[in-house]
Amino acid sequence: MSRYAHMFERLKLRGEGAFGAFVMLGDPDLPRSASLLDALVEGGADMIEVGIPFSDPIADGPVIQAASRRALEAGVRVSDCFDLIAGFRERYPDVPIGILTYANLVVARAGFMRDAAQAGADSLLIADIPALEAEPFAREMLQVGIEPVLIAAANTPPDALRNIARLSQAYTYCVSRAGITGTHASGDFEHSLVTRLVEVGASPPVFGFGISEPAHVRAALDASAAGVISGSAIVRQMRLEQPRQRVVDFVSTMKDATKTVYDPSRRSPASVT
Amino acid sequence: MRLDGRFGRFGGTYVPEILVPALEQLEAAFLEAQEDSAFQAELSDLLANYAGRPTPLTRCRNLSSNIYLKREDLLHGGAHKTNQVLAQGLLAKRMGKRRLIAETGAGQHGVATAIVGALLGFETVIYMGAEDVERQALNVFRMRLMGAEVMPVESGGSTLKDAINEALRDWSASFEHTHYLLGTAAGPHPFPTVVREFQRVIGREARAQIVQQLGRLPDAVIACVGGGSNAIGLFADFIPDDVRLIGVEAAGRGVAGTEHGATLLRGRPGILHGAETYVLQDDDGQIADTWSVSAGLDYPAVGPEHAYLMETGRAHYVGVTDHEALAAFRALAVSEGILCAFESAHALAHALKLADEQPETILIVGLSGRGDKDVAQAQQLLGPSA
Repeated sequence: MSRYAHMFERLKLRGEGAFGAFVMLGDPDLPRSASLLDALVEGGADMIEVGIPFSDPIADGPVIQAASRRALEAGVRVSDCFDLIAGFRERYPDVPIGILTYANLVVARAGFMRDAAQAGADSLLIADIPALEAEPFAREMLQVGIEPVLIAAANTPPDALRNIARLSQAYTYCVSRAGITGTHASGDFEHSLVTRLVEVGASPPVFGFGISEPAHVRAALDASAAGVISGSAIVRQMRLEQPRQRVVDFVSTMKDATKTVYDPSRRSPASVT
Repeated sequence: MRLDGRFGRFGGTYVPEILVPALEQLEAAFLEAQEDSAFQAELSDLLANYAGRPTPLTRCRNLSSNIYLKREDLLHGGAHKTNQVLAQGLLAKRMGKRRLIAETGAGQHGVATAIVGALLGFETVIYMGAEDVERQALNVFRMRLMGAEVMPVESGGSTLKDAINEALRDWSASFEHTHYLLGTAAGPHPFPTVVREFQRVIGREARAQIVQQLGRLPDAVIACVGGGSNAIGLFADFIPDDVRLIGVEAAGRGVAGTEHGATLLRGRPGILHGAETYVLQDDDGQIADTWSVSAGLDYPAVGPEHAYLMETGRAHYVGVTDHEALAAFRALAVSEGILCAFESAHALAHALKLADEQPETILIVGLSGRGDKDVAQAQQLLGPSA
């Protein structure tokens, strides 16, 4: 059983949703990036999603764009990112870690997927590969032992959703509203998207884009999601004083919100916003 | 998608999932419009009576009498851009959109989009690299005069590719009421096909005009290639003929270094802005910064059909440096009384080389735009007395 499948099963037994924490690898530099990955686990993140910085990130809002730029300006290469993942894998043998990046990095570098797998990455989401182009990429990922992850959006038509269900293995990255990362925090999640995904037998639906406070976590889980991924909000913490502690605290608050959805009486007053 | 959107292995639809329905809607609207005589009639009327088609095919009197210039510089707006912008504007109306967004480098496509925004009644937003906004202040003013909002883009190198990134980001959130009026024959399917079909008029006219004037086809047609819309528009109707097709890329300060925009000559296959095509990039796949004296050729990717035409050998691609382009710009002004855009001067520079080597060959050069926008820069580069 894959690390993702194992994690989702474990959380289901506990009645918890998964909290996925996203950071950009190499931001702001390699040593601090490694330490921040540990901070995510320390704060209680169930799954770690990492970006590999790309010069032209068209699906990202200003916060993640700036993170990519900081990493690239620090001279971070793709091979450095794989080293960070390998280090993480050694320290945390069981925590799922997935890569979120862009197509040109994957096709430019011979053996990108093989090296990602060898470093210990569990999944790969390519932000600019939609379902209709995904087949050959997904096939190659499976050959090297990486689980493909695809995005399903509220406006994705039924035939594309069926393809996504067939191809997306670790989880299904759900986007409830139009836009780019980090720009539309509203806590408004499409219950019908989850329902439609369940109907076509998709892997666990996880909401991303605009998850920046505990209320969003609960709203997403109330919409029957298996989990959430928060990115821009975490990267914002990293830009404050005492970034590491900020990240631990933020992740911990967000993770707490995944524990209370199925039993409202367990909600602590402090976590109700 | 109803068409596969491929040119051999190039092209495709490499965009975030959220944008796929918007591209499918555009493809459907385009295919229907191509069969709709009312749409075609409205477009023909605009092209003839608003934009000034057909444009002349001018035989050079002094440079070389075997060089013929296809005069897109005389089109309303000052460049070939207006052809397909009018057509996409009508498509946007058809799709019920109320807002247009576009990217621009030097500002020609931005101006063309502002024109159609004013004419057809759209709210219009132009994304333009902050650096280009400063360099092209006059074009920015022209766009604003016609009611468009110009948004300076600060991200990345603040040039054309960054403006495209920002337009795609806007579109990801706004596609329900907004049409992204992409300015060149690049980007995700169906844009390369849509733009080619709406620029095909350049080559169709040129082919008929040369046959009428000379009673024969040319030996070669030559056009500059940035994204490649004027080149594919000029080439398209000559593809089945026994006519050489030559695309001219910006060799900038020389293709041996990194300061150029010679994507097909120096790049390698990759995926950028929605298409698999040739891309200037480093070993990791990070997109390279480019350079050309002409902002319109300063782009690290290229329309996927050009990648295909190169790999199949149907078209050939060469480079012309800033210096050579500037010399051709000046020669055309001095000898023919025509100020052309720096972009078009690249095509002319190669034609002058060919005319020197093979004086008997008949050449058609795509004079894609007029040079008013470049006059201030030319003055700087050539000195006040030129």
